[in-house]
Amino acid sequence: MPKPDCRQLLAELSSYLEGEASPELCREIERHLAGCPNCQAVVDTLGKTISLYHTLPEEDVPDEARRRLWRVLHLDLPPR
Amino acid sequence: MTAHNGEAVDEQALIARAQQGDAQALAAIVENHQRTVYNVALRMCGNPHDAEETLQETFLSAIKALPKFEGRSQLSTWLYRIASNACLMQRRRQAAGADMTSLDDGEEERDEFDPPKYFVDWSVRPDDVLLDGELRSVMEDAIAQLPEALRIVFIWRDLEGLSTAETAEVLGISEGAVKVRLHRARLQLRELLSHYYAESRAGSRTGGPADAKA
Ligand SMILES: [Zn+2]
Repeated sequence: MPKPDCRQLLAELSSYLEGEASPELCREIERHLAGCPNCQAVVDTLGKTISLYHTLPEEDVPDEARRRLWRVLHLDLPPR
Repeated sequence: MTAHNGEAVDEQALIARAQQGDAQALAAIVENHQRTVYNVALRMCGNPHDAEETLQETFLSAIKALPKFEGRSQLSTWLYRIASNACLMQRRRQAAGADMTSLDDGEEERDEFDPPKYFVDWSVRPDDVLLDGELRSVMEDAIAQLPEALRIVFIWRDLEGLSTAETAEVLGISEGAVKVRLHRARLQLRELLSHYYAESRAGSRTGGPADAKA
């Protein structure tokens, strides 16, 4: 169970990772991280989580679904 | 996402033609956005069948409403808003009236989140997601476990790359709400991935995260 100041820090992590935290807040966060391996692990793995999801591939609309979409819309299917 | 001047003019011309019912212009709009709408719907609904229905409903509604589009927001923002509503309607139909989620700010906007349980670092390589099918399905499952109101924010922000302001406009919620929900979503996903990595490191892959939560 994190200490109360860990909780406060955890709430700011997304803005910290996105560089939106004020310099003052950044210093405060970094000071805390230096002495708190738990929060440091959360910061590191939160950053990894975000970058993993950034590379999650997307699917093309399946051919059949695409054909049905254009039929429903009464439009001519353009070539893929 | 700022369009160059030329692009903005092109988009305006395209919209004007589509508003007159020009089939080619309509087709271009559908073609440009179908993939995004489908992928968002797929992750919101969790299955291809409902995603396809949502895709159809999005563009049927959009084409019907297009004459009323006034260009106050970008066309994509306007379309994504229709798509988001279609996703939520689809989910509602699925839940048959149970567990209705509302996305507006009336919902409690607590700055709260469950405290982390995993404090172990894990290592990833940049191409892990592309190479590791198991990791990919764990990641998709984790998205599916997010509460709807967090999931849709996460999808638009982190998967589709919309800005905080665009996401707020698409979902009709404040930018503050977008930030809080995105952060809560990410922390939950981190928890689920940490669980997965902790297990796979311990070599006990038999009980996956799905078993563990049951
Ligand atoms: Zn701490």
